[in-house]
Amino acid sequence: MATLTHQESVTAEYLEVTPGTRKKFMLIIVAGVILLAIGIIMSMMGIGAAHHEGAAAAHGAAHGAAEHHGSAPWLKRLIVSLWHSNVFFTGVAAIGTVFVAIQYVAYAGWSVLIKRIAEALSAWLVPGLVIMVVVFGISYFTHDIFHWTLPGIMEEGNANYDEIIAGKSGFLNLPFYIARMIIFLGLWAFFTKRLRDLSLAEDLNGGTEYFHKSINVSALFLVIFAVSSPIAAWDWVMSIDTHWFSTMFGWYIFASWWVSGLAAITLCTILLKQAGYLHWVKEGHLHDLGKFMFGFSIFWTYVWFSQFMLIWYANLPEESVYFNQRLGGFDGQYTWMFFGNLLINFVFPFLVLMTRDAKRQMIMMKIVSIAILVGHWSDFYLAIMPGTMKAENGFIIEIGVALIFLGAFLTLMTNRLAQASLVPVHHPFLDESVHHTT
Amino acid sequence: MTKRFALGIFDDEDVLLHAVENVREAGVKIYEVFTPFPIHGMDDALGIERSRLPIAAFFFGLTGLCFALWLQIYTLGFDWPMIIGGKPHIALPAFIPVSFELTVLFCCHGMVITFYTISKLYPRWKTPVLDVRSTDDKFVVAIEVNENTDMTKLTQLLRDNGASEVNQKEMSKF
Repeated sequence: MATLTHQESVTAEYLEVTPGTRKKFMLIIVAGVILLAIGIIMSMMGIGAAHHEGAAAAHGAAHGAAEHHGSAPWLKRLIVSLWHSNVFFTGVAAIGTVFVAIQYVAYAGWSVLIKRIAEALSAWLVPGLVIMVVVFGISYFTHDIFHWTLPGIMEEGNANYDEIIAGKSGFLNLPFYIARMIIFLGLWAFFTKRLRDLSLAEDLNGGTEYFHKSINVSALFLVIFAVSSPIAAWDWVMSIDTHWFSTMFGWYIFASWWVSGLAAITLCTILLKQAGYLHWVKEGHLHDLGKFMFGFSIFWTYVWFSQFMLIWYANLPEESVYFNQRLGGFDGQYTWMFFGNLLINFVFPFLVLMTRDAKRQMIMMKIVSIAILVGHWSDFYLAIMPGTMKAENGFIIEIGVALIFLGAFLTLMTNRLAQASLVPVHHPFLDESVHHTT
Repeated sequence: MTKRFALGIFDDEDVLLHAVENVREAGVKIYEVFTPFPIHGMDDALGIERSRLPIAAFFFGLTGLCFALWLQIYTLGFDWPMIIGGKPHIALPAFIPVSFELTVLFCCHGMVITFYTISKLYPRWKTPVLDVRSTDDKFVVAIEVNENTDMTKLTQLLRDNGASEVNQKEMSKF
């Protein structure tokens, strides 16, 4: 190899999380809390959140008695946005391990230098599981998120009885639902820990034994994740619109998580590099991450469009209601987001990352990865809000909650990053990654 | 026109890569390197400028997209309007798959044809090959020479850098 001519030895490198950085993360959380407080006060006083009485009433007629349940608007918004941000952040966290696993199974060498970042991304999985169980527990009694949690909705003869939802009782019932949630997230967290432990042991002892073990663990994890992630998407997102279903939905949510996870890894790599770490990460690595983000932005659009076009073309009422609500429903409340979603998640990354030079420049990659993260958070907003908040949605509480999550997520992630060397010093493919050129 | 080449034959790609760097450093201009498989870092070692093929690809794609949109809008919207599935005549979401496919089709065919043309890889009666072993297990460095070239010096340079043999060959239409 050409670049082998200047041989330098790669040494361990430890991240030092400065008090200044911790303060920044705290500031993000504080800003979130302030926004949240402002949002709650505004919502209590009846300003800020859109009140489209007409639209709500018109829609309420279609849903009948079902419309009149749930908590006060501010509380409902808080619960729903906790769910929304948690589903997004937990998914992104899971992608960290998925990324590592795919690299192992593919015998990929280039990504070794950024492997620790992907590992650290998964630090949120356990808190994510706890928050998810708690928020679901609360919403099970307030019925704010899932329509199917209404008492009596599956009992024939009850005032709330809904025949279609009753038909889904085999899947959407409390014990099974909670079990799935805990088992899936538990398994993801378990494999995260397993791969992390193997990687840390490899740092200490060296040898290829850990590498081969990691491949087996990764392969098993990928199979489990492939089956569990679509089911998680049905559970956590699709069952909000309980009547509606789409066979593309699992892939659609996975694509959203996956491209956000890639953007998070990229953004973290760039920020660390700009802070003076990751000396060995060069343009080539950035280029590959850029190709990943570019490609999977298109993949997300492909899945999104496949879902949209079939529903649009067939125009069956029970299917098109989903897009009806988002395209023009609730007085066009979500229309701008619907199209903005495509702009920020497809057109923007597609056009900006098309050239080779853009993928090799930190500033471009930074802008695009931030756009993708914001864009896919909005994508989840668009998937969750119309079904839960109807026309009563807002942004201040939601962004406040997202900022709190972001601050906490970053704190946990940097903690895990600082626990081990940023360079996996004994990874058998480390040399290949150091000399990676594209 | 007939050109004359000095051919350095190498057995190993790592040796070749260093040789290419050293030979260029010694001020010798390398015409081309022929290898049985792509070698990482060879483009940089040879100092080859980046290909402008992606730019061509972009415009081929754009042509395909415009053609696809024109085809569908003109035929389904104006020339022979039909109602399909109760949709408008010009129903853009329904046009997207065809537009995508034609963009890809134009883009890849255009790119392949352009690449073959500029690399002179189009079908010919007689394909000039400097050394047939470069398609099997040898790596060939071709250096264009003329009557003023000091062949002994050049041979020595190539041999010093690990060439297993140094030949000369004349080529027409190259």
